[in-house]
Amino acid sequence: MNSLVFQATTRAVTPLLLAFSLFMLVRGHNEPGGGFIGGLLAVTAFALYALAFDARQARTLLRVSPRTLTAIGLLLATASGCMAWLAGQPFMLGLWLPVGLPAELKLGTVLLFDVGVYLVVLGAALLVLLTLSEE
Amino acid sequence: MLWMILIPLAAAAAAPFFRRLLGAHVATLLAVVPIGLAAVIATGLPLEPGATWTEAVPWIPDLGVALAFRLDGLSATFGLLICGVGALVLLYAGAYMRTDPRLGRLCGLLLLFLGAMLGVVFSDDVFVLFVFWELTSIASYLLIGFKHDKHDARDAARQALLVTGAGGLTLLAGLVLLTIAASQAGLSMEQASRISALAAVDLSGQALFVPALLLIVLGAFSKSAQMPLHFWLPNAMTAPTPVSAYLHSATMVKAGVFLLARFNPVFGESLWWHLLLTATGAVTMLVAAAMAAGQTDLKRILAYTTVSVLGTLTMLIGVGTELAIKAAVVYLVAHACYKAALFMIAGSLEHATGTRDIRQLSGLFRTMPVTAISGILAALSMAGAPPLFGFLGKELLLKAKLDLEYLGVVLILAASLANVFLIAMALVVVVWPFFGRRSPAAHSAHEAPLLMLLGPLLLAVAGLFVGLIPGTFDSALGSAMATAIGGRPIAMELKLWHGVSPVALTALGISVVTLIIGFVLFLRLRDWLAHIAVAVARIGRRGPARIYELIFAGVLASADGVTRLTQTGSLRQYVRVVLLALVVTCLYPLIRSFPVLDRLSSSWQWHEVLLVLLTFVGAVAASFSRSRLSAVALLGITGLLIAVLFALFSAPDLAITQIMVEALTVILLVLVLYRLPEFTPLRTRLARLGDALVAATAGAIMAGLVLATAGLHLPPVVSEQLARMSKPEAYGRNVVNVILVDFRALDTLGEITVVAVAGLGVYALIKLRRRRRAEGDAS
Repeated sequence: MNSLVFQATTRAVTPLLLAFSLFMLVRGHNEPGGGFIGGLLAVTAFALYALAFDARQARTLLRVSPRTLTAIGLLLATASGCMAWLAGQPFMLGLWLPVGLPAELKLGTVLLFDVGVYLVVLGAALLVLLTLSEE
Repeated sequence: MLWMILIPLAAAAAAPFFRRLLGAHVATLLAVVPIGLAAVIATGLPLEPGATWTEAVPWIPDLGVALAFRLDGLSATFGLLICGVGALVLLYAGAYMRTDPRLGRLCGLLLLFLGAMLGVVFSDDVFVLFVFWELTSIASYLLIGFKHDKHDARDAARQALLVTGAGGLTLLAGLVLLTIAASQAGLSMEQASRISALAAVDLSGQALFVPALLLIVLGAFSKSAQMPLHFWLPNAMTAPTPVSAYLHSATMVKAGVFLLARFNPVFGESLWWHLLLTATGAVTMLVAAAMAAGQTDLKRILAYTTVSVLGTLTMLIGVGTELAIKAAVVYLVAHACYKAALFMIAGSLEHATGTRDIRQLSGLFRTMPVTAISGILAALSMAGAPPLFGFLGKELLLKAKLDLEYLGVVLILAASLANVFLIAMALVVVVWPFFGRRSPAAHSAHEAPLLMLLGPLLLAVAGLFVGLIPGTFDSALGSAMATAIGGRPIAMELKLWHGVSPVALTALGISVVTLIIGFVLFLRLRDWLAHIAVAVARIGRRGPARIYELIFAGVLASADGVTRLTQTGSLRQYVRVVLLALVVTCLYPLIRSFPVLDRLSSSWQWHEVLLVLLTFVGAVAASFSRSRLSAVALLGITGLLIAVLFALFSAPDLAITQIMVEALTVILLVLVLYRLPEFTPLRTRLARLGDALVAATAGAIMAGLVLATAGLHLPPVVSEQLARMSKPEAYGRNVVNVILVDFRALDTLGEITVVAVAGLGVYALIKLRRRRRAEGDAS
């Protein structure tokens, strides 16, 4: 789609959407949001970009291939579950760092797991979307 | 003892890396593993009869399953054979496949098999035994199919896996029945799965005793290639020679015999056991020996004689007298030594001349003297000629038969006839290749390298050594092994010369007669070979291998039929099947518990009614639209309106997700639609009416389900508890997300795995289509 207005708007909106998706990811533990929603938001950001320009430019923007993203996401999610083993706890038990962050945020394996979900959703959806639009 | 099994498994995993570091020396290095293990076992020698050493590590305590291991005469002998022959085979393989880049894989697989086999013979827990038993089948599958670029190698590997795998399943069923029978007989759950504990009680009164016996025997028969399940073994000769020398002489095929020997103390008193083993063993012994005479491939000759010997061993265990067990012990060890040597010699011959066809090999003694001498010693042991190990085995076998009260004459006749064939074939495999005029194939031949001489020579000399000084074997291992098989103390004293007693003289006489007849058969075999080969091939066409092929083809054909029936490739058909399945499965329970509608309050807000109406209109309009794009847009509207409903009823997470998914679905659909041909309504009015009916019913069912769940008065314990725990336990106020990533994180992990796999699947399908189209353009 070679619409100048659409392209200019997309250029402005994409970073906002991505930032918003990260915000949704992080705040998910206390307010509506989370890795799944954040991941879907990020997908729309890239889908918009692919519509305004083309799939190749969306890939350049993404830098990492969607397949790698999916793999890293799954690995992160699994690894976050395995960390409990190191502490002698059963698989997938959430572990938390004692340090608190502002706005009631806490760091722990659960957040890592959510990041994994985010990456898998982003990777798998973009894998299909970008490949299809390159057809 | 667990570590004795884990070390070779670990070495197996490391083998490919060592190959990269060390090149062809990897095999020599890895041979250290079995040599060390053999040394560890050997430090326990001489083994007192009845002495056992046990160890148990809890594994599944709830089921009474433990990693229980037992070292006694039987498992020690097998352990030594597995490690000893394994080391020699590894050394041999290092030279045999010196330049092959796949040597690392071969060594790794051989070690994997070695570890699995040690697991089988050391296990005292029936289920642990089963696990290792299956592992040997898998390792054997990979080894037989080692040359996976060859069609016949793949076929043979699959055949071996299916036959031994099916046997493994019957074995498992038998073991389960046996443990049930044992617990009914009053054993604790832990004791019921220990073989040593099973042997100590009398289970023959239990109803499940005979079924368990039959199933276990069937499993053992499939592994040890008893008729009519023997056919996979000769076909498995497509494996590289080191594999045949290891799996198909000394170890894997003996696993079945081992199992029978191990369970002999449990089942030995049963008439079923006695008859089944004796009859099947005798038939296998005789028929396979005769079939060996029709082969021209050196390795297939050895394979059929192996089947024959396995039959003999099965028969001896079935007979079960003290003498028979002694004979089985000696015969088993002697056979492992000479047969592994002969297989390696067959490999050396092929290595040197490029052929295994027995008719094209002759006159190689001068060029390959060491190989020839090892071969002659091994073949003499196979023929049962004094003063070799094999002779001791045969003498004991004959004495065991003479000792029988009934059936003895029949068995002696069968064994002697089989022996005649074995003697003739033993002569064939060494006299034809090594003596006579030099054949064309022999001209470029060369003596095998040192590492390939070592194995056959050591094994052949061991046969001679034990034959000359038999006391070394019986005091070190023989008595302990016989005791373990018999389940009662059996003292063994081997002698070359048994003095002048009627039984000894008769046995000796039969030996001499069979040797003479075997020699005569050997002399005439060159003329008869073609005829026997035709007869064997005719049996092969009608025999069990044919049944296997028919079953295999039948399974493939029925799978093909089912696929054709269900996988029509029409998306409408799939959707229809899915929806109708939903209707059929949900209709009855839904009618039975018809939704109680008391919870549906009458206080409807006007905007809610409007939303529902709009949603409905969108869906109906979509189904009547004449273009795909408008249908997608209308469906999008329906989806978004549902999202608004979610938001209204305080499910913000669901609403956001729904909006995102709707947006992405529309984008995806547009991308796909772009590529579809123009929409043309081809379906008749009646067909569309049918579709509408299916859709409406499915929709009504879904609505009914939702109402039914709303009408349920579930105790709100679960949700309340989760909501209460959310903040203090998981530091999150958003219960939905806490459930997703913490309380039920394992489910989510499964879901994202599905998402990832689905993404990859779609990606692969698109890529595949693109490549096919590119290929279509190219051609």
